[in-house]
Amino acid sequence: MSAKPSPRVGLFVTCLVDAIRPGIGFAAIQLLEEAGCRVEVPQGQTCCGQPALNSGDETDAAHLARQTIAAFEGCDHVVLPSGSCAGTMVHAYPELLAGDPQWAARARAFAAKTHEITSFLVDVMGYRPQGRRLDASATYHDSCAGLRELGIAAQPRALLAQVEGLRMRPLEGNDVCCGFGGTFCVKYPQISDAITTEKAEAVERSGADILLAGDLGCLMNMAGKLHRRGARTRCFHTIEVLAGHADGPGIGEEG
Amino acid sequence: MTAPQTGFKERAAAALSDGALKIAIDRTTGTAERKRATALAAFPEFDAARERGKAIKDHVIAHLDHYLEMFERNATAAGAQVHWATDDAEARAIVTRICLDADAKLVTRSKSMLGEEIGLPHALADAGIERVETDLAEHIIQLAGERPSHIVWPAMHRTREQVADLFRTGHNPPPAAEDPGTMVQSARRELRAKFLAADIGISGANFLVADTGATCTVTNEGNAELTTTPPRIHIVTAGIEKLVPSTAHAFALLRLLVRSATGGEMTQYTTFHHGPKRAGDADGPEEMHIVLVDNGRSRMLGDEFREMLRCIRCGACMNHCVVYRQIGGHAYGGTYPGPMGAVLTPVLDGLAQSRDLAHACTMNGRCAEVCPVGIPLPTLLRAWRRRSWRERLEPGSVRAGIGLWAMLARRPALYRMASRIGVRALRLLGRRGWISTLPLARGWTAYRDMPRPPGRTFMEQYRADQARRGGGK
Repeated sequence: MSAKPSPRVGLFVTCLVDAIRPGIGFAAIQLLEEAGCRVEVPQGQTCCGQPALNSGDETDAAHLARQTIAAFEGCDHVVLPSGSCAGTMVHAYPELLAGDPQWAARARAFAAKTHEITSFLVDVMGYRPQGRRLDASATYHDSCAGLRELGIAAQPRALLAQVEGLRMRPLEGNDVCCGFGGTFCVKYPQISDAITTEKAEAVERSGADILLAGDLGCLMNMAGKLHRRGARTRCFHTIEVLAGHADGPGIGEEG
Repeated sequence: MTAPQTGFKERAAAALSDGALKIAIDRTTGTAERKRATALAAFPEFDAARERGKAIKDHVIAHLDHYLEMFERNATAAGAQVHWATDDAEARAIVTRICLDADAKLVTRSKSMLGEEIGLPHALADAGIERVETDLAEHIIQLAGERPSHIVWPAMHRTREQVADLFRTGHNPPPAAEDPGTMVQSARRELRAKFLAADIGISGANFLVADTGATCTVTNEGNAELTTTPPRIHIVTAGIEKLVPSTAHAFALLRLLVRSATGGEMTQYTTFHHGPKRAGDADGPEEMHIVLVDNGRSRMLGDEFREMLRCIRCGACMNHCVVYRQIGGHAYGGTYPGPMGAVLTPVLDGLAQSRDLAHACTMNGRCAEVCPVGIPLPTLLRAWRRRSWRERLEPGSVRAGIGLWAMLARRPALYRMASRIGVRALRLLGRRGWISTLPLARGWTAYRDMPRPPGRTFMEQYRADQARRGGGK
């Protein structure tokens, strides 16, 4: 047995993953266990509070921050398959609760142990998937929050480089927003559509079989647009490919 | 200011349906983006320069009263007359009075966003004074009867084909050909007579140098120099946040400004105006007036928008903004467009009229990434959203939606039950993997399909697995 005790990792299952694509949650558990973690899914969690935060409703956002922090207090690390929700926890929670004497320090401690999953696997666990194979070409979209709030760019690419047979193709404007923006896409659907159309065109021009990203919100937006346009591109969360799930249905495919 | 007659959404929709506009925006912002990236690649110390620029602006903002007094003292000693305007109306009144006192008939103007902010073009027209815009792009939009759509390229919304049409009817004689060189020659001919005949030249200032009392203007066309040198009187209008302690500080910021704005290393013309013409000078104005405008800036000093006072008006945030690049500057409806405009417009025009702007942002953070003085634009936009929520300016439907969702999210057991029911209901709306009509989110399905959820949530499946594993022991 290894002398180093395996870390206790609390998995935060984002509300979109919970409802729309549970497989991402199971891929996360599989990869974290392969990396040597003990994974648990605290039942006190719901949503990170980002919709309230971005709508200006700080009261509800702060309440959800406290609820989430309390739910994960027993874990060594908190890991999420989303740069956007992780960014909210890492940056917004300490700000939201800075003026609350009972919660300010807890929010800071929580932020310090919270990670987006690909950066956790690479930067904290030094994990690389073994024996994965996928004969396909793929292109990768850098979701904005993960990229700019958490500096996630190299980690998913390093992990994907371990998948044998997977050929990565460049995506024009890979670091340009896809037009999702949470509630933005329903508040300003026409502007969002114009942005998403440019993204879909770039994905199509890449010629890749598969589009990958690290946030389900962006993926749903891009996949939904590609499908409406009749494109054949399949869409997966990065960790689904890493867990070897890309032989199953992609987003919007039914087996 | 003349408030636009339509709302943001109508203006945005009009912009989205204008194919020529999109071509024009893509050409200019695409070029700006590429040139900035090249300029930065050749400027490895950019990050250090940005930190220094940010520190300079923060220092001035923290000691604004000190530097304003120093500037006034030194500008006055150099022979300029310094005026103070607390708001746009006062600024307009001061400039108009100087023009009327001088019996001015013709005024040349070098592009200044502050002039637009205080509504100077209209004020001059109301006073019966002919105004000639001397910046090439401003000349174009003056012919078109429009306002700037970008702070660096005011006419970037127009294609060169459209400009050729404007010049054909607006120039006498019309340009002989439609190549850029010939069209520029034609504009030069039109403007040259005005430069020499003007009674007064009005300019903005990129920097106000406290320890000399000089104002600094940068252009690539030399039109500011021709606006400010031949006429009898030179009027500078500038926001009070334009102060820098010394000339060296102005140059430190200039390096950031030019690279971020046009991707160049330095502008063609960088001019410091230090008082009016002195005895023995060959040229220069006989009088120099400097109008220092507050118009909401000192209010920002004391609130969460303070960091916005660092802005040096380079336009990089709009060139890199996905929303601006789809709708252009006019859709924003204020003087300043793009991300920086979305922060400033509520300060200038009031939040009730402009709350849409803070929401018309995907929070992707690219604007903050490219800002040469590190303004956290998404954070400031979120601050407006917060204020709008607190002041109950958000629509009732949004408040109700967020309220209902938060009520559920605050109760995990209830939330899980609602999710279970929700995904089953959603499933009924779709077939073969996709939903193409959502009753409560038509904005989504108007343009894209929605992946159909599987029958059970993650939490349901996970708990069933746990129970099975537990039961197997």
